Amino acid sequence: MIIRSKRASDISSSEITPPEIYLGRRRFIRDAGLGLATLALGGTALPNDIGAQSQEIPPRFRNLKSELGEELNSYRDITTYNNFYEFGTDKRDPSRNSGEFEPQPWTVSIEGHVNKPGNYELDDILAPVTMEDRIYRLRCVEAWSMVIPWYGFPLAELIKRVEPTGNAKFVRFETVYRPEQMPYQKTGVLPWPYVEGLRMDEAMHPLTTLVTGVYGTELPNQNGAPLRLIIPWKYGFKGIKSIVKIEFVEEMPTNTWKMANSVEYGFYSNVNPEVSHPRWSQARERRLPSLFKNHETLMFNGYAEEVSHLYAGMDLHRWK
Amino acid sequence: MAMPRKSLTFTQAWTFTAGSKLHSSIGSNIVIQKHQILVCKVGIWIAALSPGSWLVAGLFLGWLGPNPVETLTHITGMTTLVLLLVTLSITPLRRITGWNGAIRLRRPLGLFAFFYALVHFNIWFVFDQVFNWRWMVEDIIERPYITVGFSAFVILVPLALTSTKGWMRRLGVRWTKLHRGIYLAATLGVVHFYWLANSKADVRLPLLLALCLSVLLLYRVPGWLERRRRMIARSQGRNIR
Repeated sequence: MIIRSKRASDISSSEITPPEIYLGRRRFIRDAGLGLATLALGGTALPNDIGAQSQEIPPRFRNLKSELGEELNSYRDITTYNNFYEFGTDKRDPSRNSGEFEPQPWTVSIEGHVNKPGNYELDDILAPVTMEDRIYRLRCVEAWSMVIPWYGFPLAELIKRVEPTGNAKFVRFETVYRPEQMPYQKTGVLPWPYVEGLRMDEAMHPLTTLVTGVYGTELPNQNGAPLRLIIPWKYGFKGIKSIVKIEFVEEMPTNTWKMANSVEYGFYSNVNPEVSHPRWSQARERRLPSLFKNHETLMFNGYAEEVSHLYAGMDLHRWK
Repeated sequence: MAMPRKSLTFTQAWTFTAGSKLHSSIGSNIVIQKHQILVCKVGIWIAALSPGSWLVAGLFLGWLGPNPVETLTHITGMTTLVLLLVTLSITPLRRITGWNGAIRLRRPLGLFAFFYALVHFNIWFVFDQVFNWRWMVEDIIERPYITVGFSAFVILVPLALTSTKGWMRRLGVRWTKLHRGIYLAATLGVVHFYWLANSKADVRLPLLLALCLSVLLLYRVPGWLERRRRMIARSQGRNIR
């Protein structure tokens, strides 16, 4: 399944670029179809502007600068500036402290109101899906953003396969709990394990992506290997990392940041320039690696046309 | 009345007394004191300028990471608070060790603290507010965490401006009173840091600073109470007469 995003989410408003545009449609379909194996074989190092790294990045990411309305962030920026509190609270901690983490083998437990619950091997989850490059902007609640070429597939594909029942109103996700490999899980900085949640219609939305890679290469540990979520119209912390449990529930789950500080963080956490964080405005953001916080934040991170119907009639000042 | 002159002349008088206790010539002791102070001052300059130099070098050589402004803001804020605490430990140091020369280190420390606060404020104004006065004023008014941090900075401005010997002489006892503003500025600064850190769920550092600040403030409480007691006693004595 190839997502052809509506024009509204193209460069001008949302600043994502459908992969077809920069890859050329034919090459995109080929790469997407062949998946990671091809990419690893055909990989070449990228020019300096993408950044030095150990992994080889596929050639389709060359010269993106000129073809994109928005510059991609470098592999280096994406993989050395992370909020992943299981590995530390400083942005540099996850890349430094995640070396011991073992993302293979990986099993995801699917539970709750579904016809096909069970422990799914990650390989089995990935076998039937079509992987895609999806360039989204990650808007952190801390008012910075990056443009990142994720590699993954729509969460909806997995959900359809496990057949949720009528009682499934929300999806609850859990990060793995491995204090011996995730040093900060030994601290009480946040309640562990990390929990996130989506309403069923949000989870089924074609923009909601389960991610296994970045820049066409395997997801590094610090970015949430081997499986993480990306919901481009929500603040970054909704994109739960290293997922081991997906539960279909009736009640709205309490997500970790809401648990930790319900005054400042809510369940929905939609990017909204009109609703400020108590400590800073959300009207502007710093597009890294820029120094200036002068980039205007767009409603739903630029995906208003695709997702605003999900929240019709809701007071978004109240439902933070 | 000896009290009002304490701020300026006391220092030298005490230095002198401490020197003469050593049963050697007063002149050579003053030379030793001056030497010690010079060494300490050089140490302060090197220590206080190192975070700044590290940041400037990192900014140009690119080791501040993908979000240099975050690092700049954090390190300058942290350095301000640490220097304020070090400034506040001069008095306890002087009392505990009896080394009165320490008082001469207070001004450079305080001025360095102000220097970092000024840089911290300007980073925020230039990179976060992008020179936009309206945004800045909005932030100061609407967000208590900014209000508190900005107030701390504003309190430090007159302290820095009146730090010279000339102003000490001119203001006399009022100088001492004015410069007690550092207690409030340091407290507001730590609250400012705590509030921000609380949003990121990791309050270990601000709590550590708060602990140090509490110790430094509590150390002064007996002195304040004593002075207050004496003042009340004196005014009552006057009333009886």
